[in-house]
Amino acid sequence: MVAHADTVQKPRHPLVAFVLRWVLTTNHKEIGSLYLWLSFLLFFIGGLMAMFIRLELFQPGIQFVEPEQYNQFLTLHGLIMVFGAVMPAFVGLANWLIPMMIGAPDMALPRMNNFSFWILPFAFFMLISSLFMEGGAPNFGWTFYAPLSTTFGPPSTDFFILGVHLMGISSIMGAINIIVTIVNLRAPGMTYMKMPLFVWTWFITAFLLIMVMPVLAGVVTMMLTDRHFGTSFFQAAGGGDPVMFQHIFWFFGHPEVYIMILPGFGIASQIIPTFARKKLFGYHSMVIATASIAFLSFIVWGHHMFTTGMPVFGELFFMYATMLIAVPTGVKVFNWVATMWRGSMTFETPMLFAIGFVMMFTIGGFSGLMLALVPPDFQYHDTYFVVAHFHYVLYPGAIFGTMAAVYYWLPKWCGHMYDERLGKFHFWSATIAVNLTFFPMHFSGLAGMPRRIPDYALQFADFNMVSSVGAGLLGLTQVLFLFIVIKTIRGGVKATDQVWEGAEGLEWTIPSPAPLHTFDEPPVIPEGQGH
Amino acid sequence: MKIFAGGPKNGLMIPILWGVPQLVLAADADMRPGVTEMSQRIQQIHHMSLWVCIVVGIIVFGAMFYTMFAHRQSKHPTPATFSDSLLVEFIWTLIPVLILIVMAVPATKALIEIEDATDSDMTVLITASQWKWHYEYVGSGINYYSNISTPQEQIDNEEEKDEFYLLDVDNRLVLPTNKKIRFLLASDDVIHSWWIPDFAVKQDAIPGFINEAWTRIPEPGVYRGQCTELCGQGHAFMPIVVEVRPEAEFDAWIEEQVLAGALAGEAAVAARAKTWTMEELMPMGEEVFIKHCMTCHERDGMGQGIKYPALNGSAIATGQIVDHLDRVMNGLADTEMQAWAPQLSDLELAAVITYERNAWDNATGDIVQPITVYEAR
Repeated sequence: MVAHADTVQKPRHPLVAFVLRWVLTTNHKEIGSLYLWLSFLLFFIGGLMAMFIRLELFQPGIQFVEPEQYNQFLTLHGLIMVFGAVMPAFVGLANWLIPMMIGAPDMALPRMNNFSFWILPFAFFMLISSLFMEGGAPNFGWTFYAPLSTTFGPPSTDFFILGVHLMGISSIMGAINIIVTIVNLRAPGMTYMKMPLFVWTWFITAFLLIMVMPVLAGVVTMMLTDRHFGTSFFQAAGGGDPVMFQHIFWFFGHPEVYIMILPGFGIASQIIPTFARKKLFGYHSMVIATASIAFLSFIVWGHHMFTTGMPVFGELFFMYATMLIAVPTGVKVFNWVATMWRGSMTFETPMLFAIGFVMMFTIGGFSGLMLALVPPDFQYHDTYFVVAHFHYVLYPGAIFGTMAAVYYWLPKWCGHMYDERLGKFHFWSATIAVNLTFFPMHFSGLAGMPRRIPDYALQFADFNMVSSVGAGLLGLTQVLFLFIVIKTIRGGVKATDQVWEGAEGLEWTIPSPAPLHTFDEPPVIPEGQGH
Repeated sequence: MKIFAGGPKNGLMIPILWGVPQLVLAADADMRPGVTEMSQRIQQIHHMSLWVCIVVGIIVFGAMFYTMFAHRQSKHPTPATFSDSLLVEFIWTLIPVLILIVMAVPATKALIEIEDATDSDMTVLITASQWKWHYEYVGSGINYYSNISTPQEQIDNEEEKDEFYLLDVDNRLVLPTNKKIRFLLASDDVIHSWWIPDFAVKQDAIPGFINEAWTRIPEPGVYRGQCTELCGQGHAFMPIVVEVRPEAEFDAWIEEQVLAGALAGEAAVAARAKTWTMEELMPMGEEVFIKHCMTCHERDGMGQGIKYPALNGSAIATGQIVDHLDRVMNGLADTEMQAWAPQLSDLELAAVITYERNAWDNATGDIVQPITVYEAR
């Protein structure tokens, strides 16, 4: 190559170089980190909104947040936590881990990977900026039921629609990338039934995403044309059908719930065997159970709609189908217990979070089974019992799963061990706070407190005060988590390549911290070595 | 009891051991049995499924705690190597299926009865709108609105909250005992949901749909519930109160209502005949404003941004009376500004429009008479 003096570029300003490096990166590890940091930031923004909500609910009466503002916080809290905190966290983990677990040098479509991340900050900027627009932010709950969101929605609803479109495009691209990577870039000898369970659960999750995100895009587009182009999909006055909105939304929404938990199942299935020093019990049934849950997720959406006047046979079908989910979910829980059984366990922070995940997710599963029964559902529906149920599945479920993963793989990512004492303190304080916050919600719901209200009758006061105190503590414990993560990245005991004595898998064969490029040459997978 | 006697340590244990369950029991933490045969059956199904969950939970969590204790590294240094057992996996797939079938049977039976609203003795049409309920006794001509009656001062913490804070209304739904009552549910704007926990009746009111539910209430009494579907900023403030009376008293009440309807008609005629003064209309108008308009337009008439515009100094409240009448009486399509003509009397409309044109900084000096409203209808 001939280099002329006048064409040699001057070195860039370090700040420009820094920004360009992260904006233009196509490296799966760097994009994984970007996803995780964005998710962390949005977790705190969504959490701040939860703090406002719990502050208002600390006592009966309207004290801090007006009802209209309350509905805006409630809506953004849900949207940010679902689309901004949980989903990007899992995609970040997938980016970091899947290539390292299957012996691939990178994701299969690195430029698309870059694009699918960099859409997200703009989507969320648009969504959150609606708080400061005239007429306020969306105020109809994360389920945005028509016609409250169409005919009656604030002007910023259009920004919400565009934001959801962008999030959907990002998710679909991310999912395509994951599927293409898993199908094409597995190292020789890494057969499907040798893939680690985290890869399996994400593989299935990616299919769910590809199938349902377009449905979400469809429903928000129908909203948009109802709002501006004179259609009446959901407007009864024009011959439309508000209940159809709910059918379409929940056809997306129920698989979405599993999108937010299946990767967590994968994480628990990686961590528990490591610290039990024993192979995962029932690998094949774990894969089959995950696929069964994914399939069932498509035929149970009606259980969100038992009070909409569904015909009795519809209700019976959705009740039975929903109850069936308990079977594969039960298999998973039993398999985790059997993995621990007669192992040789130690309880480092990732193991604590994984066990906390299994136990508290199971509590959420129990209330889910109760909610499936239609006659009692008429009493539970749209009360705090439901709020308790899905927060048990999502907080000590999806979020504890993510935290377990961060403690487990952080030493591999940054080359330092985290502070074990602080990690354990984080686990115990978060576990106490999460139960203090969400367990009383079962009681306030059974006692008759509707969800999504800024003010409540006096008989619900005690439980709400306990929940609010718990929520404040819970917020503090996650500030501690941020501190622990930053402290670990900045320094600490040097991690070995193996990190955990009982860990198995390709990611533990590469150095700690993982170099920017790994598996440029595919690793050799010995015959017979499994998951 | 002796074990709790003395000792600072026990002093701490008593509140923990006794306090928590007491709190749970004292605060109605369980689903309430309700008063109808169906609500009590539903509570039994709830208890059955709760006990199934508790027993399964004790077994699973018990096994987990046992293994965490017994198979930790310091006690059990060499891990076992098994990782599969077709038989065990088959058993723990089969047992849950059997349990689920047992749970599904009573739920299915109850559901089929719940969904059968035929052979009812009377029908009440419940129409929801932001943020109130309208009840119509189908066939009798009796119909009225039911609004929250908790004063705004209690919500704003300026007054002490009374026993039925947020659970009280101006006009209760009155029902008879021991009749199969069919409810039809409809909505004028967004989706609402009508729920009385003591009857275990919860049904959505959806625009464009008429939904159905039924109940049969054996005991007279007052039963309270709330809207359970997010319906805008007044969602927490649309309670439901049902007063159940013995059949004879209910019949007497119906007659009273028919008579009251006739009297109201006469009063309306009298109101139209009279020329009202500003001093008479202003306090009346203020009362109507506080009850119906303040939620959105605020006490000071300044509204809440573009969605709920200010009335103070607004083009409509200070412009042509015709336009003002039209907006208040017919509302504005596709917004939360609803048509008030069917909900308020001529006098109430005249009073509130007069009030809006002369309150705050609006000093039009206009007086709107009930006869003007009557003619605008």
